[in-house]
Amino acid sequence: MSMRFGRLIHFVGLLLVLAFTLFPFYWMVTSSLKDQSDLLASPPVWLFTPTLDHYREIFEDPKIISSVMHSLIIATSTTLLAIVLGAPAAYALARFEFRGKSDLWFWFISNRMISPIVLALPVYLLAQTLGLLDTHLVLILIYLTFNLPIVVWICTDQFRSIPSELEQAARLDGASQFLIFWRIYLPLGVPGIAVSAIFSFIFSWNELLYALVLTRRAVQTAPVAATSFMSGYELPWGKIMATGSVIVLPVTIFALLVSRHMVRGLTMGATK
Amino acid sequence: MSATSPTPSKPGRLNPGYGRWTPALFLAPAVLALLVIGIYPTIFALVTSFRRYNITRPRDGFPFIGIENYQKVLTDQTFWDTLGLTFRFFLTVMPVQILLGIVIALLLHKPGLGLLRSLARVSLVVPLATTYAVVGLIGRLVFNGNFGVANQMLGWFGLPPIDWLASSGGAFAAIAIMDIWQWTPFCALIFLAGLSMVPVEVEEAARLETSSKVALLRYVQLPYLLPGLTAVLILRSADVLKLFDMIFTMTRGGPGTATELISIYIQRVGFRVFDMGTASAQAILLLILTIMLSRLYIRVFYREIQ
Repeated sequence: MSMRFGRLIHFVGLLLVLAFTLFPFYWMVTSSLKDQSDLLASPPVWLFTPTLDHYREIFEDPKIISSVMHSLIIATSTTLLAIVLGAPAAYALARFEFRGKSDLWFWFISNRMISPIVLALPVYLLAQTLGLLDTHLVLILIYLTFNLPIVVWICTDQFRSIPSELEQAARLDGASQFLIFWRIYLPLGVPGIAVSAIFSFIFSWNELLYALVLTRRAVQTAPVAATSFMSGYELPWGKIMATGSVIVLPVTIFALLVSRHMVRGLTMGATK
Repeated sequence: MSATSPTPSKPGRLNPGYGRWTPALFLAPAVLALLVIGIYPTIFALVTSFRRYNITRPRDGFPFIGIENYQKVLTDQTFWDTLGLTFRFFLTVMPVQILLGIVIALLLHKPGLGLLRSLARVSLVVPLATTYAVVGLIGRLVFNGNFGVANQMLGWFGLPPIDWLASSGGAFAAIAIMDIWQWTPFCALIFLAGLSMVPVEVEEAARLETSSKVALLRYVQLPYLLPGLTAVLILRSADVLKLFDMIFTMTRGGPGTATELISIYIQRVGFRVFDMGTASAQAILLLILTIMLSRLYIRVFYREIQ
């Protein structure tokens, strides 16, 4: 009897977990499918006739289309750049012995803890002087401050798991260090590189503060565009929630792909 | 932990087989990039913090004024109030996230109900991946005073509606709830990882010894949760110092300054008042706080590598 009771508690508990984690997401998506009168109904309605009007509206809005494109360009470029710069560094940290190695590694990792507002102020002033405000480049570069640490962390770990016998053998055959990295470590490290790429992409795609401060009209990213509807007397909630869904859905799918690595990516390895 | 597995001593150990400068070549691109985009702006902020630097008045120039900005910040009541509020926010969300996180981890760790359990586990990823700015937008809709679903839910339990976003206490509670929603799964995942470290034999033996769930938790599982708990406390405190996006889209720090945590405040001084000198001084102080935190983090977690 008590076994059965325990099972019931477990069952209800898990259902509550599902409800807790999914409710705001559910509310966003359903709200994006409500028409304006259902959205403003008080008390809110749970059953309604869904409409795709808001999606039609945002897909016809050049501002939103281009903001999604800007976000795509920026997140993809910064991710690629983080891997091009970070993977060799991770290889060095994983396989070479040199003085100050652990200090260097900590320095890479600790970059992620810095509040963006600390860098946003000087980078704004510098970008203004250099004429880089409102360009893709400034965001691609500044996003490296959190993407490089994640690539270095995950790839170092991945490269360490590759048997060093392969490297020894290649060296006996006279392969150069770069060739060893290129032909052995990069191909065998693909899983780690992919995971860190997905994380970099998610973090860059989601970022608001730098985008808000460093860009204006020419390069508006998707989160900034979603935020920009938040003015005026009656907020276009359907449009806001539809934009929100369009922004969140792709990254959620990506995140589900790396869900097993989520803890590692978010803690920089405090736990495994 | 990923301590390097001790390299078996091979004949090549004395002569590692790579040139002295090879590591530097592989490291140089990443190090240079972080120097240019991380260190150089930090130095620039440090220099700015000793200047009068209001960008709406470029005619005044940007003269050096010594430590005046720091004196101003350290005697500024709003700055301390903001730090106090940030700390209070941390003290509000943290216990809830830890308790709920442990409960969820235990539910997910308990054997049985395989499919539902994996569904619940995977669903933890959803809040973590949701764009922080969009979390704020959802919060603004959910906690709307007229047509928000939060008040409807209060009504189901016979509770009176709350003027969430228009009152100080309500707005603070609303951002705390959204933060709890987003970050409890993170705590749960860390605790779940801790629970799975308990050796199966030990847990089985303990289950045979005692039928008390509390004893099992206290004497067998808790020791494995503690490292995760430290990680959660340090990482979440760094997160709260960074917290910007969600609050900015939900309340902009308002009403008044009721939800103005440190990053929101510095952003306002820098980019809405355009007093870059003062904002830089505040940012440098925040940076010092963060560096202290990350030193602590490194001390706690990476000791064994050093």
